[in-house]
Amino acid sequence: MKKTKQNGKVTNIFLSGVGGQGTILASNILAEVFLKAGYEVKKAEVHGMAQRGGDVTTHFRFGKKVYSPIIKYGDVDFLLSFELLESIRYINWVKPEGKIVINNQEIFPPAVNLGMAQYPKDVGKAFTKYFKNNVHMINGQEIAKNLGNMQAANVVLVGAFSNFFPEIKDEQWIDALKTLLAPKLHDLNVKAFYEGKKAL
Amino acid sequence: MKKELMQGNAAVARGAWEAGVKIAAAYPGTPSSEILQDIASTYPEIYPEWAPNEKVAVEVASGAALTGARSMAIMKHVGLNVAADPFMTVAYTGVKGGFMIVVADDPNVHSSQNEQDSRNWARFAKVPMLEPSDAQECKDFAKLAFDISEKFDTPVLLRTETRVAHSDSPVALGERKESTMPMGLDPKEAPKYVMVPVNVRVRRKFVEERMRKLEAYAEKFKYNVMEINDTKIGVISSGVSYLYAKEAFPEWSYLKLGMVWPLPKKMIATFFKKVKKVIIVEELDPFLETEIKAMGYKIFHGKDVIPNMYELSPEIVERSLKGKAYKPPKIRVKPEDLPRRPPNLCAGCSHRPLFYALKKLGAFVFGDIGCYTLATAPPLQALHACICMGASVGMAHGAMKALGSEGLGKVVAVIGDSTFLHGGVTPLMNVVYNKGNSTTIILDNRITGMTGHQEHAGTGFTIRQEPTNMVDYEEIGKALGVKSIRKIDPYDIKSCMEIIKEEMGKNEPSLIICKDSPCMLLRRAKPLEKFKTPFYVIDTDKCRGCRMCLEINCPAISWRAGDGETKDGHKRKGTVYINRDQCVGCEVCVQVCKFEAIVPGQK
Repeated sequence: MKKTKQNGKVTNIFLSGVGGQGTILASNILAEVFLKAGYEVKKAEVHGMAQRGGDVTTHFRFGKKVYSPIIKYGDVDFLLSFELLESIRYINWVKPEGKIVINNQEIFPPAVNLGMAQYPKDVGKAFTKYFKNNVHMINGQEIAKNLGNMQAANVVLVGAFSNFFPEIKDEQWIDALKTLLAPKLHDLNVKAFYEGKKAL
Repeated sequence: MKKELMQGNAAVARGAWEAGVKIAAAYPGTPSSEILQDIASTYPEIYPEWAPNEKVAVEVASGAALTGARSMAIMKHVGLNVAADPFMTVAYTGVKGGFMIVVADDPNVHSSQNEQDSRNWARFAKVPMLEPSDAQECKDFAKLAFDISEKFDTPVLLRTETRVAHSDSPVALGERKESTMPMGLDPKEAPKYVMVPVNVRVRRKFVEERMRKLEAYAEKFKYNVMEINDTKIGVISSGVSYLYAKEAFPEWSYLKLGMVWPLPKKMIATFFKKVKKVIIVEELDPFLETEIKAMGYKIFHGKDVIPNMYELSPEIVERSLKGKAYKPPKIRVKPEDLPRRPPNLCAGCSHRPLFYALKKLGAFVFGDIGCYTLATAPPLQALHACICMGASVGMAHGAMKALGSEGLGKVVAVIGDSTFLHGGVTPLMNVVYNKGNSTTIILDNRITGMTGHQEHAGTGFTIRQEPTNMVDYEEIGKALGVKSIRKIDPYDIKSCMEIIKEEMGKNEPSLIICKDSPCMLLRRAKPLEKFKTPFYVIDTDKCRGCRMCLEINCPAISWRAGDGETKDGHKRKGTVYINRDQCVGCEVCVQVCKFEAIVPGQK
């Protein structure tokens, strides 16, 4: 894969998923890593009604100087999505040269459960049409399951995503993981990170 | 100095702690709830309490301030409506120890019942208001608020909003400095604190004089900042709107106001001289715009192009100000064609069977503020009115008075436990006193659910998890004079329907209390223990694809289309499927199925 070097400008990362998938932890890992790497970091998420099952998004920005906590529509450099429908929902937010990492998982919203709406088909193809080789589908669920815990899928995704930032060392990601997670979860998530890293 | 990434709310808590705050009271409300939670978990020097409502929180903090202690009350925007009574008058009495009221707005109504702009309260009450734009300012302004409060003898409003309260940015940490204000109560100060007309007239004049002094202070307030760049255009802005404008047009000049009331008139005059054209960028109401126009200035743009509703963003600011020159990003997929993903009641939630029962009864349901408001969405559609905390009880009473005997058997009020204690007790007293006949159901799930599990007077625990008295709803009902009080198990749909029907039909006040129905996410109440079977599955030999079980809108149940037939030959267009990872075995769907097609699953 092509490596991306950060060069002083603000980098915009948009995370999207479904409540309960661990997107908040993922964005906290990013925050820990980029803050310690010396950048100004801003992130914004909407909490609200017990968002169980609702959609969850995080705007994550880092650079030398960051003003708005919200990314400008159309200015997303990286879309990191934990679910297929929640990735395509934000396809218009991504810059033409933007990079996309998607967890290959479907979670049906109520209207689909009720048989009143169609779950979008071929999400990967829709992305590839516009973003060509910059689209990366990851089987986060499967990889996490093989490690013995589906809950680690979010860290698998973070591992995959880490490939885009060669200036950040593995240890910096691992340190962030260990800072944010209880000790009993360290082994599993370190493995999940490396498996994810290999997957992209 | 040590820098930490902090949420705006956590930074407000930190600022209060560094300022030497002793007492903090709040009622939870998005997006403000984390402030008091953070205080309770992080700063032992501050005494925190969940008040039953925002009015009480302001009164508690006012009383504490009167002793000389630095104190604060925290609430969401609509909370200040509830607290308006003490707030508007403590603005007259002033304070002794510094007193800050945090009010968190919710532009775009992410989780609220309206979109009001709290800046109007500052003008209305004649008190200063600070408006931070990021977490660092949240901390700095919170700290400063107490100095301003003590210096000018006034409560100080700190206004945040969703994108400030729930955004994280780096904060430089400082140390706590205890207040040097002498503590104690002095009866001789009564004329300052007893608001009877003779004293009010004295304080009324003080308030006006204070406002003049604050206006002078605003001129030199160090967070009212002029940034002169390209002088063709100058933007006046505050809060997160400033950041959006700065993001979209970094080359322009700015007057960034950290204090949005009162306004620095001289500074504004200077800014108008320094730049050719002035644009005012603000979210919601034309608050700055109205004031600045009233000073006699002509502005280039303001609310003529910038929306006065929903939230702003860098894109909206850019699009509004560039007009036709704005080039929108390419539309690759129309998001409106995709299925939405609204929040839903959790699998196993006790509200689901209760609202299903109400739907079956065809009741008109006056609802209240809480997770159960979700029952208004299809397919349940079993909640028909909701305006504010506690309103359900009074509204149902009013409707019954208007409908007379026509209303009997058709109307019910539903209200959560925390909401009942916030604003439902007084209207229930009113039902009895004024010889009403409405029915009130308390959906007691043992916690403040929607805002993320805060304790209240009915949970038996304080915010710091110390055991305390637990309100008994039945005893409250009795004391208010309700004679017909019933308890129901919301998971038993048939019996719920019978009891609710009976009570709605009675020509007297009724109170129904849901028992043993804790929130599914409240671990200490072990909500899953009462379910006999860990999960259920569909017996596809029996499922006729009638879709009845889909009517309860359980997140674990989905439709699988596909022609087929049951074992005994009934044609069907599909079957339902239960996701065993999500199913908790609450048996609500089992009760709804007419064909015994939902059966216990085997591990």
